[in-house]
Amino acid sequence: MRIEDMVRHWRQFSLMLLALLGVQAQAAEVLHEERSVYRNIFVTEEGGRRCLLFNAVRGERNQTCMNTQNPREFVFHYAKMTMAGLLVNPNPQNILIAGLGGGTLPTALHEMYPNANIEVLEIDQAVVNVARDFFHYVENEKVVTHVVDARVFIKRAGLAGRKFDFIVLDAFTGEYIPEHMLTQEFLEEVKQILTPEGVVVANTFSTSALYDHESETYRAVFGDFFNMKMSGSGNRVIIAQQQPLPNAAVLRANAEPLHPVLEPYAVNILEFPPRMSTRPDWDQSRRVLTDQFSPANLLGQ
Amino acid sequence: MTSISRKALLQNIIVAAAFINGFVIMTIELLGGRVLSPYFGTSVYVWGSIITIFMLSLSLGYLWGGRLSSRNPNPDTFALFFLAAAILSLPIIFVAEWTMTQVFLNVEDPRYGSLIACTLLYFLPIFFMGMVSPYSIRLLVSSEENSGRMAGLLYFVSTLGSALGTLMTSFYFVLWFEIDTIMWGSIAALLLCGGAIALVHRLPVNEAAGVHRYEN
Repeated sequence: MRIEDMVRHWRQFSLMLLALLGVQAQAAEVLHEERSVYRNIFVTEEGGRRCLLFNAVRGERNQTCMNTQNPREFVFHYAKMTMAGLLVNPNPQNILIAGLGGGTLPTALHEMYPNANIEVLEIDQAVVNVARDFFHYVENEKVVTHVVDARVFIKRAGLAGRKFDFIVLDAFTGEYIPEHMLTQEFLEEVKQILTPEGVVVANTFSTSALYDHESETYRAVFGDFFNMKMSGSGNRVIIAQQQPLPNAAVLRANAEPLHPVLEPYAVNILEFPPRMSTRPDWDQSRRVLTDQFSPANLLGQ
Repeated sequence: MTSISRKALLQNIIVAAAFINGFVIMTIELLGGRVLSPYFGTSVYVWGSIITIFMLSLSLGYLWGGRLSSRNPNPDTFALFFLAAAILSLPIIFVAEWTMTQVFLNVEDPRYGSLIACTLLYFLPIFFMGMVSPYSIRLLVSSEENSGRMAGLLYFVSTLGSALGTLMTSFYFVLWFEIDTIMWGSIAALLLCGGAIALVHRLPVNEAAGVHRYEN
């Protein structure tokens, strides 16, 4: 489940204003509405772009989009940035993805690594249905979906001694990441199921007050991490590892063979290494989020 | 102090206690979602478990509190409800993690896991808080004619307390305090209610002032 950047919100907002002023804004066609106990899901299509939306106000928040002419293309920056995790661990074999959305990431990773075991955690069966029916999400013996709260699955995986070498944290509600998946205790549980060479890739926003708290929480658990941003995107992707992070030369070397593999997805991995920084650009005095203190959605305002 | 003013004071304190009781119930209920989420997630059935157990324990508390009120109703028994609720809330601070770990390890299905954990942690304290409502009506009602008015007043203040407890906890407390700190605040508020009722009940009474006319 995903949300794209603030720029998009402003664009949508101005479109709404134009509509209010009587200017006809071209409405996206609603292909499907899926009922859900969490939030109804809309599938819209406009100008060759098919999107999955949460929230009742249609068009406000695109969780994920697909180019219908080229379904492999990663439409949003945050999805592209997620692939930066491959620069740290270029050959993942056991992949865990929290948050399905349209299934862009598991589908691409399965094509790239057909032998890797991919497990996807999604709390909402309705999202799984929509991904299957409208976004070419295919499940097989290598790609398995669990309809479960990601924190519960990860806690159990830890108790069972399971390990993953590529973990993507991409669970979003219509607003933001669920509060119990932003805490120090949760990240400790994630760390417990991570192999020594494994990598955690987390998609977050860079434009809220929560940014500082989140950054401090990740640092408390993983130490230094790569912070990645791209211009034109309000998202920030955190790339963390248990062992010391590779240096720039290793990142560049890993990017070379990945470049042709990722090109069909419209991901230019060669331009990623210079954008991956370990330098803190947040207020380091901010409080770490814990299970006892995680008013995430309030801090985010 | 005359018995009349003591009685008026006690009545006001009972009304205030009903307000605080309603406030604390919703504070604890809202925090319940936070307490359970690290073990059982935030799936819709986790809130289903919490609301089920709170409603169930309140309903049984109403029943039992109403029954007790027909046998020698007195402020000391009433004060004991608050003391019991406060003491029985302590496990939510001290043994919640252990309890939830045991449930988590033994029950795979998070629906029943959250239901069991919720029962173990919340049933008893909320049961006693449920007893407060009917018993406080009994203590306030002095005649048949004013019984409906008193019941209406008590429903009003306790539900208003619940509304405010919900608002303050979800808007502000979780932003200002840790969960355990808010729980300590709730326990302190319950103890304050029980203590104030027991204390005012023991204030010296002027026997000449016609006690029998006003005592229930």
